Amino acid sequence: MSMPDDYLKYPQRHYGMDHDRYGWSDLFERPPIAWPGGARIALSIVTHVQHFPLDMPSKPFKAPGALSMPYPDFRYYTNRDYGNRVGIFRILKLLGEKSVKASFAINGIIAARYPALVKAVLQGGHEVVAHGLDMGKVHHSGLSEDQENAIISEALSLLRQATGQKVDGWLSPGRAQGFNTPDLLAANGVTYSLDWANDDLPYEMRTKNGPLIAMPMAYETDDRVVADEYFQSEAEWAQQVKDRFDVLYRESADYGGRIMSLPIHTWVSGMPYRIEYLREVLDYILSHDGVWNASATEICAAFRQVDPSA
Amino acid sequence: MTAEPMKSDLGLYDYLPWPNRPKIVWPDNKKIAVWIAPNIEFYEYNPPNNPTRTPWARPNPDVLQYSHRDYGNRAGWQRMMAAMDRAGFRGSVSLNVALCDHHPEIIKACADRGWEFFSHGIYNTRYVYNLDIEQEREMIRDAFDTVRQHTGQELAGWLSPALSNNFWTMDILSEAGIQYTCDMFHDDQPMPVKVKSGKLISMPYSLEMNDVIVYNTQKVTPRHYGEMIKRQFDQLYKEGDESGTVMCIPLHPYLVGQPHRIDAFAEAIEYIAGHDGVWQTTGREIAAAYHASGAYDAMNAAMAAHNAGKEAR
Repeated sequence: MSMPDDYLKYPQRHYGMDHDRYGWSDLFERPPIAWPGGARIALSIVTHVQHFPLDMPSKPFKAPGALSMPYPDFRYYTNRDYGNRVGIFRILKLLGEKSVKASFAINGIIAARYPALVKAVLQGGHEVVAHGLDMGKVHHSGLSEDQENAIISEALSLLRQATGQKVDGWLSPGRAQGFNTPDLLAANGVTYSLDWANDDLPYEMRTKNGPLIAMPMAYETDDRVVADEYFQSEAEWAQQVKDRFDVLYRESADYGGRIMSLPIHTWVSGMPYRIEYLREVLDYILSHDGVWNASATEICAAFRQVDPSA
Repeated sequence: MTAEPMKSDLGLYDYLPWPNRPKIVWPDNKKIAVWIAPNIEFYEYNPPNNPTRTPWARPNPDVLQYSHRDYGNRAGWQRMMAAMDRAGFRGSVSLNVALCDHHPEIIKACADRGWEFFSHGIYNTRYVYNLDIEQEREMIRDAFDTVRQHTGQELAGWLSPALSNNFWTMDILSEAGIQYTCDMFHDDQPMPVKVKSGKLISMPYSLEMNDVIVYNTQKVTPRHYGEMIKRQFDQLYKEGDESGTVMCIPLHPYLVGQPHRIDAFAEAIEYIAGHDGVWQTTGREIAAAYHASGAYDAMNAAMAAHNAGKEAR
């Protein structure tokens, strides 16, 4: 057996990226960013608020955290739903005590299922980011443009109606996209997405329908990744988050403003035995001078003001 | 892939127990050769499938995994390089050679520091599985030509892309002029590899110290990785009193170059560099010293004697 000769041909082997979405750019060679008030770090808390349908499909792949037991999987369905009933309120209370605001990335269907949850998020002064429709509706290239567009527009319209906010930030379930997703997001009035994990600062993506900002969100210090993929303790999670902050804070002295993203899940950090570690992390970060806590939308807007290319 | 039946052992090396081996003497009588091998990689956005291995877990484009890898080339490599500069380490780059075309800026920064380039295939999403022998030779030629054209260096080392191999791979690497392979993990010292032509050696590279194995397979925390590196070093340094040892730290800038990981790594390599008996070196230099000191011939002779003794018993 041999492979077709095409296997050793590389049509995208040329300068820069092997696609047209964005150009290569080196984090350490860019003009420094100045955050409002001369802040060194923009603290971006992103709380995932998720609904995992009992009948969620397993093809073409499941979003992380998906139900995994035979139907009906009461175990994980209810464990994830705990975040919507209890965990989120523990997190909201803590954020209120610390006077910090967060971006709540909410599955659109939650706006229809749990209006009281959305109301509590708004009352806390937080912003809402669209987190797709539900965790069973992953975005991938097997969807037609019409199918994918219908999911995006339903999610956005549910959240826009429920919140009265512009809702122009996006986080795909499982951070999964198809080839068309950025084009469709831009067509639906989305300004930025949190899906791509290749940078510590925002950068501009090209779409058929105008620019889309890629906002950074840490992948490997996400509370769910550390707990459920690395099986590390909550104390080890907190240590890594603090270590991450220390390096970004140090770099800001030489390279300009950085973003410290803190992705958390209501069904992970909202657990009783974990919530105090979130407090520890927030206390640590907020004890530093020059930390500007803001919503992802505000950070994105500040970036667009200072970055001439955006 | 081949129609030939699978074998239980390819016979690429002979057994040689650790005690009473010929002594390896490194330049300046250093106890240990420490080399750092950053895998500077390019994973494709929309790679073709290979029947033996699908590049991405999700259908193309797997933007989360693709972008995670891309982090290394936008952000992580600079942190990794700065940490190595501070500790006085040059890198031996395990290079997906297409990176010369995509990101010549990174290649230049490595070349300016006198780093070595060895080949890790064309892309990390193109495997040698199911290639016929001529196709695999073509991939090897491409790697030699690309690295020569962009850096002026003649390839000395090889780590197969994504550690994919065929049973003939070592023969055709050696035939093409490769001096050391990083694909075998059976020893803490360089060892002769039995190939049809040339004097190929296996260079200790290490799965256990490889950040991708440490972080993603063993789920080790960044700070504990720093401890593992130091303990691995301490033991090999001590054993280097008797005969020269080799320690490799294989890296991936998209992993070790993350903000929450870089400091523990940096501290560990500064700890290593603080010892007098350390030879901070490259894969190419270790291979050259191994031959020049007579270790290659001595190890071959020791293995032959061991085999003869076994038959005599």
